[in-house]
Amino acid sequence: MRSFLHRHPGVRLAGLLSAPLLWLVVAYLGALAVLLVSAFWAVNTFTGEVVREFSLQNFRTILTEDVYRNVTLRSVGVAAAVTVICVVLAVPMALYMAKVASPRSRHWLVIAILTPLWASYLVKAYAWRVLLANGGPVDWLLGGPGRGPGYGLFATIIVLSYLWLPYMILPIYAGLERLPDSLLEASADLGARGSRTFRAIVLPILVPSIFAGSIFTFSLSLGDYITVQIVGGKTQLIGNLVYANIGAANNLPFAAALAVIPVLIMVIYLVAVRRSGALEEL
Amino acid sequence: MSETPAIRLSGLRKSFGSVEAVAGIDLEIADGEFFSMLGPSGSGKTTVLRMIAGFELPTAGTVSLSGRDVTRLPPFERDVNTVFQDYALFPHMSVLENVEYGLRVRKVPRRERRERALRALASVRLEGFETRRPSAMSGGQRQRVALARALVNRPRVLLLDEPLGALDAKLREQMQVELKEIQRDVGITFVFVTHDQAEALTMSDRVAVFDQGRINQVGTPEEVYERPASAFVASFVGTSNLLSGAAAKALIGRDGTFSVRPEKVHMGTSGVPGTVAEVIYAGAVTRYVVDLDAGARMVVVDRDRRELRGQSVCLSWQDEHVVEIKENADAA
Repeated sequence: MRSFLHRHPGVRLAGLLSAPLLWLVVAYLGALAVLLVSAFWAVNTFTGEVVREFSLQNFRTILTEDVYRNVTLRSVGVAAAVTVICVVLAVPMALYMAKVASPRSRHWLVIAILTPLWASYLVKAYAWRVLLANGGPVDWLLGGPGRGPGYGLFATIIVLSYLWLPYMILPIYAGLERLPDSLLEASADLGARGSRTFRAIVLPILVPSIFAGSIFTFSLSLGDYITVQIVGGKTQLIGNLVYANIGAANNLPFAAALAVIPVLIMVIYLVAVRRSGALEEL
Repeated sequence: MSETPAIRLSGLRKSFGSVEAVAGIDLEIADGEFFSMLGPSGSGKTTVLRMIAGFELPTAGTVSLSGRDVTRLPPFERDVNTVFQDYALFPHMSVLENVEYGLRVRKVPRRERRERALRALASVRLEGFETRRPSAMSGGQRQRVALARALVNRPRVLLLDEPLGALDAKLREQMQVELKEIQRDVGITFVFVTHDQAEALTMSDRVAVFDQGRINQVGTPEEVYERPASAFVASFVGTSNLLSGAAAKALIGRDGTFSVRPEKVHMGTSGVPGTVAEVIYAGAVTRYVVDLDAGARMVVVDRDRRELRGQSVCLSWQDEHVVEIKENADAA
């Protein structure tokens, strides 16, 4: 048996890969295919039964009704804002971790970045609900009830930025760890101050890492539907629109059609950042 | 030295935690000198170089460049440039952009910048490589880019941190000659860190031999090689036959420590008797390890290879080739 496998590497490879491939094809690509197909079905408004007939009605609705375009733009705006905030916060933190902190404290800082990921998403979102409540700690810090942002679009952006920040810090940190100190020294040696070195050397070299992080923050924000329900007030994003159509509206085909939007946006985004070499950083 | 030295180090010390990497260095390097810091790894030579460049702050002591105390100044305010051991070329810039970087930072006008960068690249024989990325170049070529990038700024002092360490033997020898030529052409001070004694001897005007954070000896290559000041220098720079104790008394006739270079010993029929223990063929020369009847082991170098293993030979040398080593108290 052993020598048979040795002589037939193809069989060996098949044995090794069949289970994961099966999972990938059936569970992952299969689910995506079902999503795509069902997006072209419809629901009988009277019985609530899914009508399995090809129709472009769902997409026509999405493209013609303003509300869906607005929700899409708002969702992309939220994802972009979250990504920008995460970059602005993550770069200095990662820089400190990778280039300033001692190797020993570096370990603890990485653990500190990772620990929030161990806590439940819901717990963290509700913690922010408490923080942002009318008369809550944030209000109090800013000088009294009603002074804080309260629930809404702004709160959604803040909480999503908080939730996805580790996914931005880690790739940037990894990128900085691979950046030799001698490059920073060479820049200083050639007359550049810290700010110049940062702009001319560190940032350009970090671009692929930043894009790698942005793939996480952008796609996770685009698909989120829980945070916006908890702290978003009346804000509607693609995510909770999909959720509403699955639940309250009981229109699975329309939900599927809506879900195609973030998939498409992410495909466009991935193609756009591929050129920067970001995909090699993942 | 009447004129102000290009570099003056006084009482320079550097500790990393409880480890003292540099334990008190006093040194003057003259303008236009090719100066080598030679020593094994961990001897503190690179740390001294980094303190001159400004990458490390000394624990004590001062660094002066052309009479100006720069001990506390950051690297970007010092008139020195460095060629790094790993070259440290910016991977996202072309060769030309790399070379132009220092000029761009110093706001040299575009046209002059381009002109000087092209001239610097020509001086290291890299015309036609301007648009290449460093990753698409060989080690020797990267080394030249690093050199051009530093020289284009016309620093008073060029610091080189084992710049030939990553090159193969043939390229190394070629670059040694080129470096020396470039230094003669531009006429600036070169401070060259290396652990390769042959390299230091070939290229330098003067050599400082480092051991355990201190300088054992400073002198011309000839002085360091012919008259080593300590047993460490005698054995680190070239190979030496060190004689001490009873053997010294028997062979030299006096108490003390003495060094005789292998190529100064003659192997023949008259002199001190011994037995050949080992014959080591090394191409150009053959080394014979001889156990003397008087109780010491000596290495002799000869051009010809002869099968003398186990045979009795006699060794002789001239008195002028015997160097007495007077160790100073703290180096012992």
